[in-house]
Amino acid sequence: MTEVVATNQTIVVVGGGISGMTAALEAAECGKQVILIEKNPSLGGRVSQLYKYFPKLCFPTCGLEINLRRIKANPNISLLTLAEVTAVSGQAGDYSLTVKIAPRYINSNCTACGACADAVESTFPNEFNYNLNQRKGAYLPFNMAYPQRFVIDPRMIGTADADKAKAACKFEAIDLDMQPEELKLKAGAIIWATGWQPYDANKIQPYGYDRFANVITSVELERMMDPQGPTGGKLVRPSDGKEAKDIAFIQCAGSRDRNYLKHCSRICCMASLKQSTYPREKFGAEGKSTIYYIDIRAIDRFEDFYQKVQADTTVNFIKSKVASITLDKATQNPILNGNDLEKSGTGKDMRYSNAHDLVVLAVGMQPSVDFKAMNLGLSVNDEGFIELDPANGGQFAAGCASDALDVNRAVQNATASALRAIQVINQVANAEG
Amino acid sequence: MAADKKIGAYICKGCGLGERLDCNQLEKIAKTEGKVALAKQHDFLCSQAGVEMIKADISEGVTHVMIGACSRRAKTEAFNFTGVAIARANLREGVIWVRPDTDDARETTQEMANDYIRMSCAEIKFMTQPETSGEQGLIKHILVVGGGITGMTSALEAAKAGYNVSIVEKQAQLGGAAGQLFKRIPVRAPYQHPADTGIAELATAIAASDKIKVYLNATVTRTSGAPGRFSADISQESGSTVTEQFGAIIQASGFKPYDMNQLTEFNPDNADVVDQLGLEALAKAANGAAIKRPSDGKAVQNVLFIQCAGQRSQKPGHLSYCSGHCCSTSIKQAMYFKQYNPDIQTTVLFTDLRTPGAGGENFYRSGQDQCVTFLKGIAESVTPGKTGPKVKFDNLLLNETVEQEFDLVVLATGMVPNSGPNPYLEQELALAKEKKETEKVVVLEQELVFEKSKASILNLDYRQGTDMPQLVHGFTDSHFICFPYETRRTGIYTAGPVRRPMDIGQAMDDATGAALKAIQAIENSALGRAAHPRSGDLSYPKFRKEGCTQCKRCTVECPFGAINEDEQRYPQFNEARCRRCGTCMGACPVRVISFDNYSVDSVGQAIKAVDIPDEFSEKPRILVLACENDAYPALDMAAMNRSEYSAFVRVIPVRCLGSVNTIWLTDALNSGYDGAVLLGCQKGDNYQCHFVKGSEMAHYRMSKIGDTLTQLNLETERVETHEVAITDIQRIPEIINNMAKTIEKIGMSPFKF
Repeated sequence: MTEVVATNQTIVVVGGGISGMTAALEAAECGKQVILIEKNPSLGGRVSQLYKYFPKLCFPTCGLEINLRRIKANPNISLLTLAEVTAVSGQAGDYSLTVKIAPRYINSNCTACGACADAVESTFPNEFNYNLNQRKGAYLPFNMAYPQRFVIDPRMIGTADADKAKAACKFEAIDLDMQPEELKLKAGAIIWATGWQPYDANKIQPYGYDRFANVITSVELERMMDPQGPTGGKLVRPSDGKEAKDIAFIQCAGSRDRNYLKHCSRICCMASLKQSTYPREKFGAEGKSTIYYIDIRAIDRFEDFYQKVQADTTVNFIKSKVASITLDKATQNPILNGNDLEKSGTGKDMRYSNAHDLVVLAVGMQPSVDFKAMNLGLSVNDEGFIELDPANGGQFAAGCASDALDVNRAVQNATASALRAIQVINQVANAEG
Repeated sequence: MAADKKIGAYICKGCGLGERLDCNQLEKIAKTEGKVALAKQHDFLCSQAGVEMIKADISEGVTHVMIGACSRRAKTEAFNFTGVAIARANLREGVIWVRPDTDDARETTQEMANDYIRMSCAEIKFMTQPETSGEQGLIKHILVVGGGITGMTSALEAAKAGYNVSIVEKQAQLGGAAGQLFKRIPVRAPYQHPADTGIAELATAIAASDKIKVYLNATVTRTSGAPGRFSADISQESGSTVTEQFGAIIQASGFKPYDMNQLTEFNPDNADVVDQLGLEALAKAANGAAIKRPSDGKAVQNVLFIQCAGQRSQKPGHLSYCSGHCCSTSIKQAMYFKQYNPDIQTTVLFTDLRTPGAGGENFYRSGQDQCVTFLKGIAESVTPGKTGPKVKFDNLLLNETVEQEFDLVVLATGMVPNSGPNPYLEQELALAKEKKETEKVVVLEQELVFEKSKASILNLDYRQGTDMPQLVHGFTDSHFICFPYETRRTGIYTAGPVRRPMDIGQAMDDATGAALKAIQAIENSALGRAAHPRSGDLSYPKFRKEGCTQCKRCTVECPFGAINEDEQRYPQFNEARCRRCGTCMGACPVRVISFDNYSVDSVGQAIKAVDIPDEFSEKPRILVLACENDAYPALDMAAMNRSEYSAFVRVIPVRCLGSVNTIWLTDALNSGYDGAVLLGCQKGDNYQCHFVKGSEMAHYRMSKIGDTLTQLNLETERVETHEVAITDIQRIPEIINNMAKTIEKIGMSPFKF
């Protein structure tokens, strides 16, 4: 049975991505008691699935390592994984939460030796790699997964493989009878750091993500570039494994469009500018990127990066909202169709039909959680983000639960949220003397 | 080694260690060579039973725990003993997981494990549990420099959490740039209309707060001390100076609008050409009625907003960056006109309309709904026309050049950060000159003239300059994407547009985040706990004054400006300013600087503890000093992937490559190591070093190691320094194996005894 101590001076942080880890750490490093609740088996969130960050082109796992070390060293943080908040009641300074914990089927005896994974045969789509490859039914989600503890896929329970896993473990770490649990927690303040999900590219019918193998999303490209990822870091196209040397990026794929997401997802321009360096990284001058855009939103000093990319002769910019994608069946090349706005007034034909090896949809960012449906008494805007509203009481959003934000701004926002939660806790503490 | 030290050595036989290694031999080595008080083996050391065994020994007097099991990064919850020093010999990720399980490999694998036990036993003898110095202070009082919307917000948010604040504002009133606005960009749904600035409300709340003191017409004329015990002189225009004590500082010194007079092509002398703040003044004067143009008071019927005026431009004197808020600001200002009279022509001339996020896009859409015209184009010039300023611009969508007269032209100029002089510019210039980077020298020389003309904001009495280090374009931002608040001056945080160009909504968030960091600095420095990234570390640099030669390397090389010099010119470490990277320890030529649990001895003795086979054994020894933040985790992950690397290496994690003292290399080479590899983070402009300059300093020091090698008559190839990343999971084993090949090629070191 999971045991955690929580009082009305506890801050509950929901979500263990970079925003949630930041909010939890910043509060805990002020001496506050924090319970960090993560739905997945390990911390890290979306950023741990990125190959590189813009604009430095540095690696997200570098900061993750520091944050994990801070968490390991901090006794003020209790971590619950495979856990989801299902209900909240009460008010600022006095909340009650219901948390459901799914069974991991592996207890804290696990040493991450990997014997269980070696023993099993069954495989499942690897969600860490956006299902681009398979993983074992007993698995560590990724190399830096924390807690560093394996997971048994629930779909394997009841099969002979599950028994094999259990038999292989020398440390009695596998408990196939583990049951879901429900916890009741007290909290003085709650931080929703539930993050974002990529907009479902299948809904953008004209782009044929569901029909064309060589149309992928920006988040999938990140996994493909990772040497530990599904292609071993090879930039190849899914249809035939051919090197993807000529890549098109379609901006606002699902964003700034009344049919899909109304809002601008902020990160996609910079993400594509960053990704336009990937073909060059892999293929040198032979790598080519073409960015189809409405506006390039490289605000503040990100502009420096935009200018650097503009100076790169392997990258082309076409001001156009792509109308549709068709397929050249012979080559499997996707063909982008649309009007090049910068050709208007020139007398030249504005229309284009450009073939590329691979198309990357710069998919939009939407909140992971439907806060309206959860009925939390929060002020939620039309886009589904939590507004900063005094009426929210002791509940605050951090990171992409509050808006479409890049990592830097998400951390900034999460740090601010930590203080907002502390203000509530300190008021409770004062009142209780 | 103090007499009261009692070392317990614990060797785990789980995860295959028992099968792959002769653990009896490891235990024996710990006892006979490691001279530990007791040594034990356990089948499953991280289990409850194993942990209880260690705990029982601790209660029986063990003060130092040496664990021979998995990596120090694994099983941290289990091996978490308070009040004792802990060293971890990495036998799993460091030995058996990187070596093949073959009979041939067994001997060298065992030797690897033997050495790691020797090394950890040697290391732990020189470790003590760190204790705080006692120089801590707890002053729950924050200094906020700047009384604009960022500073006001920081003050109120900190006060709401129970902390006292003093705001020091140069002007006669609070409000800063936001106080000059008619309305602000909305920060709440539905993001359709300009909103009240909120300044009056904030000012009322500040006046009502018994926790906030405001100094107007005042500047900070001296700041000394450290987090938890800053002392600042606040001088008022009247001539009076008060000195107050603070726990932490927030610099919210804001921005200045770019000087539009520099944009001569846009006819800045024309009364009807204004910048965005100029338009705000007109709107404020109109207060909802018709906005009148300055030249003749005519109600404006036709206004043009020129975006990116003097910004996003590489022309000399222009700003190369984007100021972020100006697109939304122009939309807001167009609405000032539209909301008075929808028939007024408002045109925004832009190249990229930048209104990100949910709020941004809604506001843009609202502008479109209110019939603001958005035109993709670039303004070439503004000249006096018949009825008003005449603008010549390229319409980028129709590919034509247009000349048109407007009643009023608004230039969306950028934000120039109001930062103090860059403390490191002269150093950078000297370095560029040394490296003969002529282009950079010219740029830096110009910058230096500008920086020197700036007034100091904080007047820090720090050895490394009066003000906050800058990242780029004068902004005092952090270089870390994951850690936007981490400045190079502990306990001093910058917020708002001095940190990075930003709008009011972001500045208020930023102000709140900075207030959190200030509070955190206060609470942690009071307990002697380090700030990021070694959060909570209690160790701090101690120095043996008798040995110090006052060479000043530590004071110069400290990446955080933590070290001052006292009256007798000895270094003054200022514990609370220190980030515990150990760069000072690495810099010290006479090795008088150490931490309780990390020192020249703790690493040096581990190096010396390695058993060196003789010259004819064909068993070279290669020392690897790996940054614990990136290189070491990468090695762990290589092990998780079961990558193999040479059995001849002995890896020691270091806090930062900057902490590597060259004596370690010299000693290693003298004692018969055949090669050494240093693995640090990326350095230079795009550095990834968590301690900013540590990796760079290490590279610089190692560039001179060739002399040492030559003196010893050794090949220079024997020592290599690499910049690696945490993702170099395949590359680092290759680097190691290449060194092993190099040694094979050039032969063993003759320095074997």
